[in-house]
Amino acid sequence: MIINHPLLGPRDAAEFIYLGDACLIDRPDWEAEDAAEKFHEYGYIRDNIAGSMQELWYHEQGDRSWLVVTRDTVTHEITDVEMARDVARARGRSK
Amino acid sequence: MRYSALRILKEGLTGNKGWKPVWREPEPKAEYDVIIIGGGGHGLATAYYLAKEYGITNVAVLEKGWIGSGNVGRNTTIIRSNYLLPGNEPFYELSLKLWEGLEQDFNYNAMISQRSILNLLHSDAQRDAFIRRGNAMFLAGADAEYASAEQLRAELPFLDYDNARFPIKGGLFQRRGGTVRHDAVAWGYARGADSRGVDIIQNCEVTGFDIENGVCRGVETSRGPIRGKKIAMCVAGSSSRVAAKAGMRLPIESHVLQAFVTEGLKPVIPGVITFGAGHFYVSQSDKGGLVFGGDLDGYNSYASRGNLPVIEDVAEGGMAIMPIIGRARLLRSWGGIMDMSMDGSPYIDKTHIDGLYFNGGWCYGGFKATPGSGLCYAHLIAKDTPHPVATEMRLDRFKRGGMIDEKGQGNQPNLH
Repeated sequence: MIINHPLLGPRDAAEFIYLGDACLIDRPDWEAEDAAEKFHEYGYIRDNIAGSMQELWYHEQGDRSWLVVTRDTVTHEITDVEMARDVARARGRSK
Repeated sequence: MRYSALRILKEGLTGNKGWKPVWREPEPKAEYDVIIIGGGGHGLATAYYLAKEYGITNVAVLEKGWIGSGNVGRNTTIIRSNYLLPGNEPFYELSLKLWEGLEQDFNYNAMISQRSILNLLHSDAQRDAFIRRGNAMFLAGADAEYASAEQLRAELPFLDYDNARFPIKGGLFQRRGGTVRHDAVAWGYARGADSRGVDIIQNCEVTGFDIENGVCRGVETSRGPIRGKKIAMCVAGSSSRVAAKAGMRLPIESHVLQAFVTEGLKPVIPGVITFGAGHFYVSQSDKGGLVFGGDLDGYNSYASRGNLPVIEDVAEGGMAIMPIIGRARLLRSWGGIMDMSMDGSPYIDKTHIDGLYFNGGWCYGGFKATPGSGLCYAHLIAKDTPHPVATEMRLDRFKRGGMIDEKGQGNQPNLH
């Protein structure tokens, strides 16, 4: 697979480390009433989508940036690559 | 029809006209006591033990394709029980004991060959860890045997003991481990279940569940609705997809694992050998091909094919311990979809929906577990309590801090 890095252009997927579903950006509020339940879901429960999925890849053998890659888990086709920083900010994360 | 040497002789003398199809192809009935979703090794074993051990014969096994077309037909056929943790080891040892009596039990030649498995070790720390694991295996009634590098040199002279990066310093044997003819396991269980009255229904995909007020009363299928008192999922890599139809989300990710076989060679590798400093394992099939594999590709996938970097990594692992493998030509590589759980250990449990049961999360260790999984799942379905060796394999264990994490990797499925 070739991942089209937004800053570096097309890079071999072997340069990256895979973390998983991009829902991991959405860390639950640790002060909420139902934090224990929410963290269980966050840590252990997955949609495990068959089809187009947003996922986190880390460019370890490159610029060490985190990317959000939109990839089809049935065909391995990559349709979109964004900086994870931009995705997180767009979702309201400021840090 | 019972198979025996006498039967082969008789059929040979009478033109082989007496052989019958090994299982029926029935139309689905309107209702069953138990519906098992998934006609793989585990599903068929569950049906077999439900009928044989628990006397429940009004059972259907629903299979989307043909039986044994999934991971039971795509694995590297290894059986072993060399686990560490108390939540796992007694289960896998029960499974290995079932393997040992399986052919006599279901009267089918599964070519079970206890040709041993050897885990190589490459450092002093690893020796300590392996001896600890060997002791844990003894506690569960399994066999384990430490071998020094000198002993191994005499027994397996072709390994690269003096590799500069990964010298072989010894190994842990489980002599009762070995290999099995994997397809025959599916066929043997199917025949045994069918002859006891279980309906094996192929080309029958489950498309939905009939759930009312928290009770599962049946399934929708591509061949019409079927009612069932108990519905049991057993679909390995498709677990999340099937469970989603019941509104469930699971602690599972599906990943692709590749395996490889070379051209046929003269006998060279006596048992199963695993590399302790990378991920590589190899055995030799009865046809002569070297069957080997390594790590997952590492990303979520439902495509039964992997990518080239992992093939390179596996080949490097092989070359590190066994340079003679470099002369063998690779014949085939293939991929299968693994239901990777969050701690590397499986689930055999009831769900929060009454009448709906779940078996999955076998990661890439499902084949060796086939008989144990079938027996324990049948026990759970028949008695509504877990089998004594499967009490830890619960879906809610992460909430309780009850992970069964053999590798100590945490909740990162692609690292188990």
